[in-house]
Amino acid sequence: MRELLLLLAKALVDHPDQVQVQQVEGQQSVILEIRVAPEDVGKIIGKQGRIIRAIRAVIKAAAAKEGKKAAVEVLQ
Amino acid sequence: MRVAIKRGRTVEEAVQEALRELGVEREQVEVEVLEEPNRGFLGWLGARMAEVKVTVKVTKSQFAREFLKQVTNALGIEMRVSEVGRSDRYVFLELEGEEAGLLIGRRGETLNALQYLVNVAASRVSQEPYRIVLDVDGYRKRRHEALERLARRVAERVRRTGRKMVLEPMPARERRVVHLALQNQSGVTTHSEGQEPYRRVVVSPSK
Repeated sequence: MRELLLLLAKALVDHPDQVQVQQVEGQQSVILEIRVAPEDVGKIIGKQGRIIRAIRAVIKAAAAKEGKKAAVEVLQ
Repeated sequence: MRVAIKRGRTVEEAVQEALRELGVEREQVEVEVLEEPNRGFLGWLGARMAEVKVTVKVTKSQFAREFLKQVTNALGIEMRVSEVGRSDRYVFLELEGEEAGLLIGRRGETLNALQYLVNVAASRVSQEPYRIVLDVDGYRKRRHEALERLARRVAERVRRTGRKMVLEPMPARERRVVHLALQNQSGVTTHSEGQEPYRRVVVSPSK
């Protein structure tokens, strides 16, 4: 799941080398914390959160495959 | 990425030579001039050939297909991605494989999200004006037909009861299918209400 989030995020930002993802694994849930360059935060969130919502939808599918729930948090 | 570096008496000559070697048209490449030509003094002293670096540009479609392969790999599923059609405004990509349902999601939620992300990412690599439309195992076509059936059923009920009905939130493309399906149906009118992404079609009795 971490790999997938990295892949999606790197395709959307100007500084792919500065994308970092931490995966915190629980029993039924996974928390993915993503950090990007300050000027890329908007690119990962999108207007009215449209991009981050789409990212969450795709990650949700990946999590469902493992029978888990996933949360994606953007850290600033 | 395919690249050719060529020399010629002029920049244009060098570019033409590179295009011949790569077997592509001018619009498909990016040209970087490495060396401007110089005639030199009296035609020979210090004369320099032009040198250019010609790179074949990645198209949106190519990028999208490669990106989708990586995404499905990361999801741990095996999918084939192919271009199945194109028009001025759209390129249609179809994914086929075992776990189609996973990529579609509830009411196409995952598919729509993925399509949106592919378009945002692809427009970063190329300025081509078309959009990428994704489908998985013919889902969109089936959904289109299901929406038309739903629209007719709802219209029938609105006519019978004389009361308006509000449909579930849908993306713009799906609302459009409903509007079009009911455009010529007598006794009902349609419009949309609410803010994206919760915008819904309302079917009301026409007075």
